[in-house]
Amino acid sequence: MSPLLLFLLVAGVGAVGWLAARARAATFAAAGPGKVRLHSVPTYHGWYVALWAVLPALIFLVAWQVAEPALVAGAALHSPAAAELPADAMNRAAVLQEARDIAAGHIQGGFNPLSTRLAPAFASAAQRYSIMGAVLALLLAFAGGAYAFVRIRPELRARTRVERLVMLLLLVASLIAILTTAGIVFSLLAESVRFFARVSPIEFLTGLQWSPQTAMRADQAGSSGAFGAIPLFWGTIFIGAIIAMIVAIPLGLMSAIYLTQYAHPTARKWLKPALEVLAGVPTVVYGYFAALTVAPMVRQWGEAMGIASSSESALAAGGVMGIMIIPFVSSMADDSLAAVPQSMRDGSLALGATTSETIAKVLVPAALPGIVGGILLAVSRAIGETMIVVMAAGLAANLTANPFASVTTVTAQIVQLLTGDQEFDSAKTLAAFALGLVLFVITLLLNIVALRVVKKYREAYE
Amino acid sequence: MTMMANDMSMSTAEASAEPKLRAAGVSVWYGPKKAIDDVSIEVDRENVTAFIGPSGCGKSTFLRTLNRMNDTIASARVEGLIELDGEDIYGKDMDVVQLRARVGMVFQKPNPFPKSIFENVAYGPRIHGLAAGRDELDEIVERSLKRAGLWEEVKDRLPESGTALSGGQQQRLCIARAIAVDPEVILMDEPCSALDPIATAKIEELIHELRGRYAIVIVTHNMQQAARISQRTAFFHLGELVEYGETSEIFTNPKVERTKDYITGRYG
Ligand SMILES: Nc1ncnc2c1ncn2[C@@H]1O[C@H](COP(=O)(O)OP(=O)(O)OP(=O)(O)O)[C@@H](O)[C@H]1O
Ligand SMILES: [Mg+2]
Repeated sequence: MSPLLLFLLVAGVGAVGWLAARARAATFAAAGPGKVRLHSVPTYHGWYVALWAVLPALIFLVAWQVAEPALVAGAALHSPAAAELPADAMNRAAVLQEARDIAAGHIQGGFNPLSTRLAPAFASAAQRYSIMGAVLALLLAFAGGAYAFVRIRPELRARTRVERLVMLLLLVASLIAILTTAGIVFSLLAESVRFFARVSPIEFLTGLQWSPQTAMRADQAGSSGAFGAIPLFWGTIFIGAIIAMIVAIPLGLMSAIYLTQYAHPTARKWLKPALEVLAGVPTVVYGYFAALTVAPMVRQWGEAMGIASSSESALAAGGVMGIMIIPFVSSMADDSLAAVPQSMRDGSLALGATTSETIAKVLVPAALPGIVGGILLAVSRAIGETMIVVMAAGLAANLTANPFASVTTVTAQIVQLLTGDQEFDSAKTLAAFALGLVLFVITLLLNIVALRVVKKYREAYE
Repeated sequence: MTMMANDMSMSTAEASAEPKLRAAGVSVWYGPKKAIDDVSIEVDRENVTAFIGPSGCGKSTFLRTLNRMNDTIASARVEGLIELDGEDIYGKDMDVVQLRARVGMVFQKPNPFPKSIFENVAYGPRIHGLAAGRDELDEIVERSLKRAGLWEEVKDRLPESGTALSGGQQQRLCIARAIAVDPEVILMDEPCSALDPIATAKIEELIHELRGRYAIVIVTHNMQQAARISQRTAFFHLGELVEYGETSEIFTNPKVERTKDYITGRYG
């Protein structure tokens, strides 16, 4: 039975339960007019029964989907044909996979004749367990519904119970997001540990040489790559935290100040969303803008000034990234400037201060924590940005402060390390996870600090 | 005395001097809504003038026209003539920044800047370049805090934040801040409405002491307060100036029925 059909059946049981329970609750109310008062309106009794019918069955179904393949395989292994299975794990798994695919009709015949003989066992086991799962799910739905239905009484606190179930449901929903994050962190950690078994963390965090090109064969020249990540960290900071911020902080702040303090309301109505569009432009578009338009221009300037320049440069990538994150800076600054009470502004103006004196001496200092928070968030966004740097910053791990030279960043290297055909257990590919971990930790810290700063400042006025 | 003066304001002894502020035919609109309708009034230089009237009658609005704080509200529009020492404050030659230094303002809710006590008071003198050096600035701050009756309480904690003071202290800090730029007029919009009776008494005492040095205009909802601290009282109703005269006269013997109703508490 297909999962979708089964789901619909369970939902149907729930719907029937809903109607029945509501009707039953309504009869209580009707039976003794003035005497019996329902604790909850009939609809809540409906939801109470429906949730009891649907939720356990659904939870069972999900668990069953996970467990079923193992159960099927276990049953198939007991079939007589399974005795002939090869002993070594790899061949064994290959044959079993083939048999499973034949049984499911994905492929016509197997490479290994044994798999064809095993297939019927798989097919029958699969059918058996599928029916078993469906029956159990439906039984569970009926049982849950019935359990709840017989407990319907006027004084049943259906409303409170439903409320609690809804809360539980919401909790589960938010847990899924959190668990996913935890899973990502865990996999990063696990792979990083494998990396650090090959390359010492000290070399990784303090080495100045980055050339991860380990050889495929041990006898190749230069087979030991160098994994000193400092040039990458420097490139990341140079582009994301220095060049991009030199562009984004003044422009973002000034546009926020203009929008909150000077712009006419109608101008603000149009300009603010226009500015926010910048955040919505796909980063790949910024990337080719940086690579095809800005980078050649930057190179020309560099050459005109007699500075060593390359066709990919920190300045091109950082500058375009700065434009991209203007909205992050400006919208946080905008919010925090707007949150400074009007009375501060009035107080300053009434003392004979001009608008710009008021902004510089009262509003910006008062809004500073929010502005700083916005900048930190923008930095964390910038150092995690990938597309622009991949396209415009280059891949040469240079440790240079020359903005016209090509530098590379953590994100660009991760892309470089993981694209193309890779062995997934060489130091080269594992390095990507270690880099990812470092990036994750830094961004996380920046976010935590930023949120703290912002929160503290919010409290100041509330 | 060359100008036409209304007979109520002529009845006092001080009326022989030129008024500090003179408004003639002032109307204020917020968008299409008229908040002040054709108000003419003269404010003495030596006296405390109280504005009273029911909520929403336009006291704050009118007060804010006197130092052009209404300019900061986009929808507000002012018509008529307002003169400070005979100079049209809405005229082309008037520098609004200069005007606000001459006509200071204290707001209903204390609004110290989130800076130190010292910096709060030093703010005005700094932007107007009133002090040549640090010593002079210290002197101005001390003098202003003394005049505002706050010096004794804060002299040992000048570097602390102004927002850490009590409400009454904050309000006196705001008064000190206004005094520090050495204004000619101080406008106060319900300066005691957020304060307890003791803090209120302190502010009233302070107003008493400041009288004569500055022309003071105060908006208040508290009729006893108006009677206690002011020499002249103006009663506003529905955007109009209903009656203006000697405080004692207004409270004991109002000429207009509406004033009498308000003062005796029949409405408002
Ligand atoms: N910024 C504004 N925009 C539009 N209308 C305003 C604005 N400020 C005040 N008004 C209106 O103008 C009228 C006068 O308001 P104003 O604040 O001057 O009254 P008030 O006498 O000071 O009252 P209160 O004693 O409550 O402070 C009111 O009807 C008010 O709604
Ligand atoms: Mg008011």
